[in-house]
Amino acid sequence: MLSVVVFLPLLAALVLLAVPVLPGRAALAVWVTVAAVELALLTGMWLAADLGAGVTDGLDYEQRVPWIPGVGSSYHVGVDGLSLPLLLMTAGVFLAAGIYSLAEDKRPREYSALFLFLLSMSLGVFASLDLLVFFVFFDLSIVGMYFVIAGWGHAGAARAALQFFLYTFLGSLAMLVAFLGLYVAAGTFDMVELARNPPLESKPVAAGFVLLALSIGLAVKTPTVPFHTWLPPAHTDAPAAGSAVLAAVLLKMGTYGFVRIAMPILPEAWRRYALVFVVVGVVSILYGALVALAQDDLKRMIAYTSVNHMGYVLLGLGAAGVLSGGDAEQARAVAVTGAMMQMVSHGLITAALFLLAGVLYERGHSYDMRRYGGLAGPMPRFAALFAVGAFASLGIPGFTGFLAEFQIFAGSLATVPVAAALGIVGILLTAALFLAALQRVFAGPAGELTERIGGVPTVRAGGKAVKTGLRPKLRVDVNPRELAAVAPLLLLALVLGLVPRPLLDLIEPAARTVTELVS
Amino acid sequence: MSALLVALAAAPAVAGTALLVVGRRVERSAAAVGVGTGSVVLILAVAAALLRPSARAPFVAGGDLALSVDALAAVVLPAVAAVALAVLVFSATGVRQHRVRFFGFLLLFEAAVVVTVTATNLVTLLLAWELMGATSYALIGLSWREPARVDGGRTAFLVTRAADLGLYVAAGAALAGTGSFELAGLPMADGVWLDVAAAGLVVAALGKAAQLPFSFWLSRAMEGPSPVSALLHSAAMVAMGGYLLLRVEPLLAASGWAGPVVAWAGALTAVAMGLVALAQTDLKQLLAASTAAQLGFVVLAAGSGAVAAGTMHLVAHAAVKSLLFLVAGAWLTAYGTKDLRELGGALRATPVAGWCFVVGTLALAGLPPLSLWVTKDEVLAGVDSTGLAAAGLLGAALSALYAGKALFLVLRPAPTAAQRPVLRLPLPERGALVVLAVGAAGLGALGLPAVAEPLRSALGEAPSPGPVELAVSGLVAAGSLALARRRPLAPFPVPQIAQRWLDLEALVALLVVRPVGRLATLLARFDDGVLDPAVRGLARGVVRTATGLARADSGVVDSGVRTTTVGTVILARRTARFDLGGIDGAVRAVTAGSRSLGRFARRPQTGQLHTYYAQAAALLAGAVLLLLLVR
Repeated sequence: MLSVVVFLPLLAALVLLAVPVLPGRAALAVWVTVAAVELALLTGMWLAADLGAGVTDGLDYEQRVPWIPGVGSSYHVGVDGLSLPLLLMTAGVFLAAGIYSLAEDKRPREYSALFLFLLSMSLGVFASLDLLVFFVFFDLSIVGMYFVIAGWGHAGAARAALQFFLYTFLGSLAMLVAFLGLYVAAGTFDMVELARNPPLESKPVAAGFVLLALSIGLAVKTPTVPFHTWLPPAHTDAPAAGSAVLAAVLLKMGTYGFVRIAMPILPEAWRRYALVFVVVGVVSILYGALVALAQDDLKRMIAYTSVNHMGYVLLGLGAAGVLSGGDAEQARAVAVTGAMMQMVSHGLITAALFLLAGVLYERGHSYDMRRYGGLAGPMPRFAALFAVGAFASLGIPGFTGFLAEFQIFAGSLATVPVAAALGIVGILLTAALFLAALQRVFAGPAGELTERIGGVPTVRAGGKAVKTGLRPKLRVDVNPRELAAVAPLLLLALVLGLVPRPLLDLIEPAARTVTELVS
Repeated sequence: MSALLVALAAAPAVAGTALLVVGRRVERSAAAVGVGTGSVVLILAVAAALLRPSARAPFVAGGDLALSVDALAAVVLPAVAAVALAVLVFSATGVRQHRVRFFGFLLLFEAAVVVTVTATNLVTLLLAWELMGATSYALIGLSWREPARVDGGRTAFLVTRAADLGLYVAAGAALAGTGSFELAGLPMADGVWLDVAAAGLVVAALGKAAQLPFSFWLSRAMEGPSPVSALLHSAAMVAMGGYLLLRVEPLLAASGWAGPVVAWAGALTAVAMGLVALAQTDLKQLLAASTAAQLGFVVLAAGSGAVAAGTMHLVAHAAVKSLLFLVAGAWLTAYGTKDLRELGGALRATPVAGWCFVVGTLALAGLPPLSLWVTKDEVLAGVDSTGLAAAGLLGAALSALYAGKALFLVLRPAPTAAQRPVLRLPLPERGALVVLAVGAAGLGALGLPAVAEPLRSALGEAPSPGPVELAVSGLVAAGSLALARRRPLAPFPVPQIAQRWLDLEALVALLVVRPVGRLATLLARFDDGVLDPAVRGLARGVVRTATGLARADSGVVDSGVRTTTVGTVILARRTARFDLGGIDGAVRAVTAGSRSLGRFARRPQTGQLHTYYAQAAALLAGAVLLLLLVR
């Protein structure tokens, strides 16, 4: 069943490429349909799932077929509380991106096929329980994203795409080095077996190096400071749907790797170096937020907030590895739960923000916030949606981001009080930067591009202002297609922020298991 | 029972959200929805105060979504709901622009207040607490075309959120020290966590209550419409800061140090903001500073353990101050000014509103037998240090001076040139004002033994004021009023800095905002100018070295892309002795696939993919090293 979910989009992609006569609109409709089917299938699987503690035990929909028996690698997939939320989020984000892209007119058939390919690879990453399988999916997703940016991006796309490709590929190779190290130590690539009997427990030096290689690979992907410089150009030049998927799904592969591979398989080393991750997390939080604060380019700003948000995740995961004197196991589990929730939350909210940035670009052909202003006039619905997205991203209660960050802070204060206190300042900085952005783009007098978008009285004929080029609001403001893409993401972030139990019931057992494994 | 409480919180939340979602199409019926919902909330709030329900729903680990009406909430809840209804009724005719957003956000705000008042743990509290801040931002910046208003909302939100960070810290301390987020469990927290939790809560509460050093945000919040100030900046949001301290008074007491710190913060604010109020000539600014000063008495009460007294003062002040803000708003609409020097004659020209203003200012002055005279003395009776008592008495005298200033300036006749037209407010507006004026005058009844005794027994025993104390404070108020009448504009010279709200905002700009901005610019430049080029340079160097190495090692690699791949695989096979066939195949497939796709995309980098393979070679060499190490 899980394999069907993973490979169905790939199959659809192949069909799309094989049938060149298919009109573009139909090809894009295939993307939306397949993503919707995937979401439905995954939801059904969630409802029917029989999940245990996860990670080492009680996984569901497991399938294991020998692949390269010589090295003990098998096609091994399955879900637990760590992977299922991300699988669901992935399908949802691809569905939204598909709806948003329904009007794409640049090689729509290939575009659709490429995204379906990416969907398969992304689902594969989160479903795989074998390091080699994980690696293959991980790398192929990078290839897919490379072509999305290079083929459909804005002006500087070629350079940005290459930088993205080389940087993340290089990172994945560091990760491969770590996988090989684990294999040599344990004789298997199977994540479940490795987590049950963590190798290298008695070889701290080797474990340290393996964790280093693994962490560099994952840190590039996440990205954390100082490995983040590929992110802003990649986002700035990617098409809106590509940015949404890149931020929502591909970044999570990095953080997911930490919680799925690094923590359970190298628990000793994780404990030993937990403070390093805490520090990297806090630096990412503050650095990402501060650099975002100084941006004039809306999309770059959102990109840097991703660095900030992923920093929270690392803070929570790092704090879970710090054993204080007292019995802080509950607090550490809360921190891991928050980190997992942040992955889902950031996926939903940032995907929405990037799609909204695309809406803006389509109207004004610029992301430069200095050239807008007063945009709430001609585009009230857009302003409302963006404001909701911004507040959700700055962690206003009611949305998932608040619960995620709240749990990360509350949980990590017990073990790393100073780092947590510094990290909390991050939510003030994100508030400052999002409010500044809202004010620059939407409030005040109309800016240069706003006038062009809204159409203002420019010609005076006989003393009377004549409105030239005035377009009806409906055509300027968010259209139904864009609304259908963005609103569900924000709505879901709201619903899960108010009624988090279904999601937390899924995450909490697995988060507890991870916490116990690193205890 | 719990359905009652859920309905109480949900009714305004749902109605407000519905208004905001439907948008401008319901501009006409927004007021009806607002008043209707406000009435329902008041009825439910009274019922809740009598029935004391609790409600609970699972939320996060360690903290349910938990609401409960206890003795403290039972007093404050109906009071806030009543003021909210009065403001909603007044606004039905008094607010003419952006009505959907006004009523929508006001109802959402009311929902947040209901939850804040009844929350029993830190998750629930924080949820509502920050929602109050967000709705306040939206309400202050209602007229978004005017940059100053949006700016004011932003300042208010950021300053209060800066203080809110304390609540996050307190929540973490609660989890670490008690294993849950329950407020009631905090006084039993272990060791240092108790102090951390107390410190966090105190900072958050002082920020919301606009106490020193956070007070300046309240000045900027005056950019919002007057009815917004009437609810948020008198009865509800600012007051919630004081309320939180009253609620966690056992924690303050248990910590040992937090009580006195809080008491002094309140007393100092009462004096300093009293001076600031006295220095203002803008009516709304005067009222704002006075709000901070009056909340100072509530905070003083919480720090001194006089919970019942603080509650009385909070409730009475809510009626007084929302009344005054509404009248100020009516004058601003009618006469286009809120400058006290230009409002001469306003009082006589608006019969009902004028009399209400008289009642409000006299109550604010603490003149017997009006409400704040009694409640302030209740607070001062609970204070156990001479210094605090003296500061409190000074604050009381200042209250009378600035209230007198406002009263006697508008009592002056109109400038002869500008004869004021008589202003007849619509009936609902007059009704709302009269109801609030009755409250402002009569809520001193809270101090009658029949009411005060049960309140004290429920909220904690504290001494009540004796006749001498009441007489002294009444005389102080009357004397200060007499002084204000003689010289209304400035009874005595107040330092210029008070007029500028003690330069607190400039200070924060100098010490925090500008350095952070500079740091952000600096880091952004570092990111673009140093870090990114460094990474690129490093990559180029690695590629060059790796390519060179690969070329030199002609035994394994001769040249070109494909052979590099093969070479790396051979290298890997030899040393690691396992089959990389899967990856090899995948890489080959990718190479083939990317080539064709790349050609299709007509992009120029096809020739550059070899850099990846060069890097692959270098990294696999690293892998070999690591393998040797692990073995």
